[in-house]
Amino acid sequence: MTAIPTLAQAATERKTVAPSSVLQRVRQTNPRSSRIPDAAFRVLILLTAVSVFAIVAFIVWELITKSQPTLHQFGIHFFYNDEWDPVNDAYGARPFIYGTLVSSFLGLLLAVPLSVGVAVYVTEMCPVRLRAIISFLVELLAAIPSVIYGLWGIFVLAPLLRDYVQPLLAKVLGWTGLFTGPPLGIGMLAAGIILAIMVVPIISSITREVLNAVPQNQREAVLALGATRWEMIRMGVLRNARIGIVGGIILGLGRAFGETMAVTMVIGNSNEISKSLFAPGNTMASVIANEFSEATGDLHLAALVEIGLALFLVTLIVNALARLLVWSITGPTGRTRA
Amino acid sequence: MGVGIEVRGLNAYYGKHLALKSVDMTVPANHVTAVIGPSGCGKSTFVRCLNRMHETIPEAHAEGEVKVGDMQVYGDGTDPVEIRRRIGMVFQKPNPFPTMSIYDNVAAGLKLNGFRNRKQISELVERSLKLSALWDEVKDTLHKKSGASLSGGQQQRLCIARSLAVEPQVLLMDEPASALDPISTSKIEELIFQLKQHYTVVIVTHNMQQAARVAELTGFFLMGSLIEFDKTEKIFTTPADKRTEDYITGRFG
Amino acid sequence: MPNSTPTSSSLQISIFRRLTNNLATAFAIMAAILVILPLLAIFIYLLIKGVQSLNWAFFTQLPKPPGEVGGGMANAIVGSAMILGIASLVGIPMGIGAGIYLAEYGRNVFGDVVRFTSDVLNGVPSIVIGIAVYSLIVVRQKHFSALAGSLALAIMMIPTVARATEEMLLMVPNTIREAALGLGIPKWRTTLSISLRTASAGVITGCMLAFARVAGETAPLLFTTLGNQYWSRSLNQPTAALPLQVYTYALSPYDDWHKQAWAGALILIVMIVTAVGAVRIVTSRGTLKGAS
Repeated sequence: MTAIPTLAQAATERKTVAPSSVLQRVRQTNPRSSRIPDAAFRVLILLTAVSVFAIVAFIVWELITKSQPTLHQFGIHFFYNDEWDPVNDAYGARPFIYGTLVSSFLGLLLAVPLSVGVAVYVTEMCPVRLRAIISFLVELLAAIPSVIYGLWGIFVLAPLLRDYVQPLLAKVLGWTGLFTGPPLGIGMLAAGIILAIMVVPIISSITREVLNAVPQNQREAVLALGATRWEMIRMGVLRNARIGIVGGIILGLGRAFGETMAVTMVIGNSNEISKSLFAPGNTMASVIANEFSEATGDLHLAALVEIGLALFLVTLIVNALARLLVWSITGPTGRTRA
Repeated sequence: MGVGIEVRGLNAYYGKHLALKSVDMTVPANHVTAVIGPSGCGKSTFVRCLNRMHETIPEAHAEGEVKVGDMQVYGDGTDPVEIRRRIGMVFQKPNPFPTMSIYDNVAAGLKLNGFRNRKQISELVERSLKLSALWDEVKDTLHKKSGASLSGGQQQRLCIARSLAVEPQVLLMDEPASALDPISTSKIEELIFQLKQHYTVVIVTHNMQQAARVAELTGFFLMGSLIEFDKTEKIFTTPADKRTEDYITGRFG
Repeated sequence: MPNSTPTSSSLQISIFRRLTNNLATAFAIMAAILVILPLLAIFIYLLIKGVQSLNWAFFTQLPKPPGEVGGGMANAIVGSAMILGIASLVGIPMGIGAGIYLAEYGRNVFGDVVRFTSDVLNGVPSIVIGIAVYSLIVVRQKHFSALAGSLALAIMMIPTVARATEEMLLMVPNTIREAALGLGIPKWRTTLSISLRTASAGVITGCMLAFARVAGETAPLLFTTLGNQYWSRSLNQPTAALPLQVYTYALSPYDDWHKQAWAGALILIVMIVTAVGAVRIVTSRGTLKGAS
C-alpha cells in the first residue's frame, strides 16, 4: 500500500524523507545557478538599451567633430552667408535654409487642410464601411519610399506642372511675383507639392487619433444645444483636439525638413535664392545628397556636415515639441487618456 | 412657459432591434414627469427620442408622433437641429466644454444660434446661471475659470445653465444626479423643483426615491413598453399593474 | 418668464448655417479624394511603366554601360537583399533587446531616457545617419561598403522595433509572468519563451514595419554603399542597391535607364507592400497568441 505519507508520518520517517533531500530536490528544479544566466541576460539587455543611447551620442559626436573646421572658420556667419562656392571655399548656408523653409512650409500649407479634412471625414462623416478602406489608403501613402515619390515627381508631376499648372498660375497669379520665370516643371513648387503628399499621412493619422480621443459626450452636448453636424465638429471635436492637431502638424513639419530623396530629385539643384516658386533651389538635405560623395576637400565636407548638424538639431527640437503637444491629449504611450 | 408633450405610437429601433414599442404618453406643461424602470427598459431611449438625439446613433431611427407644444417633432420638413434647440437635454455625466470658460460654456448655444450682441448674450448668461442656482458661486470667475474646473455638482448645474440659455420649452434630464454626491444631488433636485415654473421637465431616473421627491407624474417602462403612467403618489402607493408593483417593491430591477 | 424664441417660429434653421454645414461636408469629401488621387496615380504609373520594362533580362543581367540599351538590375536586387538581410540581422535583435529592457526592466528614469533617445533616433533624418556612419566607418576604412550601408539601415530599424516590442510586452498580462516565475522558471527564460512568445505577433509586425521602412531608403546608402555597376565580390565593397539604382537611373539622361528605373521602383514597391500586407494579415489574426 503506497499511501501518501502525511506530514506526521513523514516527520517520524525522517530517515526516508529527510528535509535536506527535499531541499536538494527543490534545488534541482530551481538551481541557484539560474542567478547567473539571469544576471547575464539582464546585462545583455541593458547593453542593447545603452547602445541606443550610445548610437545617438555617437551621431551627435561625429556631427560636431567633423564640422569643426567650418564651425571655427565661419562661426555663426555660416548660416546667413548666401554664397556657396566650394571652388573658392566660401560657404554660406542661407540658400539651403531658405529652400528647406520655403519647400516645407509650402508643403504644409497644402497638406494641413487636406489632412485635417480627410481625418474629419473619416472620423465624423464617413459611412462606417468606408472608414477602414480610406484610412488604409492614406496610410499606404506613408509606405511609399521617398525615391519613388521622386521618380514620379520627375516623370509625371513635373511635366504636368510645366505644361498645365505653371502657365495657368503665371497667367492668373503672376502679379504676386511668386509665379514668374520659365515654367520648368521641377523647382520649389514641385518640391512643395511632393512634400505635401508625403506629409499628409502623418498629420492625418495623428489628427484621427486625437479626434477619436474626444469623448462622445462632448459631441452629444453640442448636438443637444441645436447644432448642425459641422457646428458639432467645430465646437465639440476640433476645438477639444486642437492642441493635438497642432502637434501633428509640427510633426509633419519635422518630417518635411528632413525629407531628402524626393526633394533632391525635383527641386532642380540650384544654390540661388529666388522669390518665385517656379525657380529651382536646394534644401539642406538635398545639398548634402548632391554634393557629399564628391566633396572637394575637407572644408567642403565639413560645411556639409555642419548643415547635417543643423538639420539634426532643428528636427530634434521640432519633433520634441510635437510629441509634447500630442502626448498632452493622448498620454505618453500614445494610448488615449481615460 | 413650458409646453406639453404628446407622444403617440412611438417606436424606436437600434438597427433591426425594436427598443421602444408603441409608446403613448401625455406629459403636461410645467410639471416634472419622471420616467423609471429597470436597466435596459428603454427609458433613456424614450427621452432621447423626444429631442431626436436617438437618431444620432448609427443605424438607429424612430417613428411615430411626438408633439411638443404645437411642434411636430417628427414632421416632414422638420429640422432636428431646430428641435434640439427647443428641447434641451442634460446628460448623466456632466459634460461642460473643457476648453471654454464658464461664460463661454453658457454662451455656446447662443453663439451657435446666431446671437451676436454681446450685451444680450451677457444678460442671458447671467439669467441662465441664476436660474440654475450657480450664479453666486461663479460670478467672479466667469471668464477666468474653465468649465471643467468646477466640482461635479457645479459642472452639472453649469450644463443645466447651458441648456437653459437657448430658452428651450422643454428640459430633458437623463439621470442628471446619478454621477453626483448626495449633497449635490439634493441641490439638483431643489433646482428641478424651481425649474418647473418655467419649463416642462422630463427626468429619467433609476432612483425611485428621487422620482417620489421631485416628480408629480411618473411613467414606468419595462422592456420597451410603457406599463403605467400616473400621478407619482399613485404609482408608488397603489400601482394598477402588478409589474409596476413588483418593480417598486424591489422584486426585480 | 417669457419664452422668446430667437429665430422665427418655423422649424428650420437659418440658410447660412445649413450652407456652411453642406460646404464643410463637401470640403471634407474633396479632401479625401484629393489625398487618394496621388496614391492611385503613383501606383498606376508604377504598374504600367514598371511592367513595361520588366523582363527576364532585368532580373538576371548587370547594368550595361551608360547609353547602351538593355541590361538589368540583377546586382541591385541581390545587393539590396544582402544589405537588408544584414541590417535586419543586426537591427532587429538590438531593437527587441531595447524593447525588452524598456518593458521589463526600464520602468525608471534611465528607461525614460532610453525611450526619449529612441524617439530622437526615430526622427533623425536618414541622410544625417548616413553622414554619421560615413565618418565612422567609410572614412576609417577608406572605402565604401555594403556593411556600412547595412549598419546605417540597422540603426534606423532599431527605434521602430524597440517601440513595438515594448508596447507588445506591456500588453502581456502580469499574471502570465507571475505564473511562470512561480513555476520556478528563471526570469530570462520567462521573458524570452513566455512573454516574448505571447507578444510575438505584435513584435513581428514591428519588425516588418521597420523592414518596410528601410527597404526603400536611399539617402543613408548614398555615401555608405555608394552603388556599383557590377557584382560586388565582398560585403566590404561598394554594392549596388535597388533604391540607389532607381535614383541614379532616374536622374540620368538615358531613356532606357528611365524605363529601368520604373521597373526597379515597381519591384521595390512590391517588396514593401508585401511586407505591409503581411503585417495586416498577422494583426488580423489577433495580436496576442496565448493570452487570455
